[in-house]
Amino acid sequence: MNQLIDFVLVSVVLFSIGIYGLVVKRNAIRMIFSIEIIANAANLNLIAFSRHVHNVEGQVFALFSIAIAAAEVAVALGIIIIAYRLYKEIDVHEFRSLKG
Amino acid sequence: MVDAYFVGIAILTIGTSILALESKELIYGAIALAISMLGIAGFFLLLDSPFVAMFQITVYVGAVAVLVIFTVMLVRTQDLFSAKDDKGRKVGGIILMLLTMGGIGAIFLASGINNPMFGNPDSPPIDIKEIGKSMLTYYSPVLVVLGLTLAGAVIGALALARREGLLKENESTN
Repeated sequence: MNQLIDFVLVSVVLFSIGIYGLVVKRNAIRMIFSIEIIANAANLNLIAFSRHVHNVEGQVFALFSIAIAAAEVAVALGIIIIAYRLYKEIDVHEFRSLKG
Repeated sequence: MVDAYFVGIAILTIGTSILALESKELIYGAIALAISMLGIAGFFLLLDSPFVAMFQITVYVGAVAVLVIFTVMLVRTQDLFSAKDDKGRKVGGIILMLLTMGGIGAIFLASGINNPMFGNPDSPPIDIKEIGKSMLTYYSPVLVVLGLTLAGAVIGALALARREGLLKENESTN
């Protein structure tokens, strides 16, 4: 039987990998990958706690979170495509119009 | 004690999520990300949540991964991906990753979650009917708002990505 702490530790590792990607990567699509990995880690936590505490809300929130993540990816990819058209580049360091 | 399925899925998920960020070709990264999400769905199955696992496979592996792969193919030109990561930034990122991992991990290991008897570990799995019931009663307004948000986001994304003619006009006037 797997314990709650095992799932939580896997989730912590995934979260850290996502943070690393957000900090290091300059490619906008890779940053979306990092955000997705972090969102998945959070969902894993929700489901693990829902199973071990026997609470239905965890699964309901995980479903909502997955749906919101899908919407977020659609918008983010739309923004990346339009930025690519403007700058011919998906390196976030080159997106300078909003830089102070 | 963890079982073999857990170890296998954990190695698959963590390995492919590292590969998603570190692979040379972006398209392989996108495929690795899809496999990593499949691993998360495997965790959901281990946690007796087949409905959420199915939803995860449909939305993430089916929709999001395919969307990402199409975008990668659209913006794919060779010279874009030759930009190397900053060496110092990479070292800093790895240090930050290890600090996060160690810090949050140590907090969880020291907390009450580490107790095998935390919560009701022997409780029966949550029935799919309970999920449907709470979604359609207490959380029904949330469900409606969520549907509208999704529709709005998809229409917004389409509108963002489809304004090529307008952009060209702007460029010519500038």
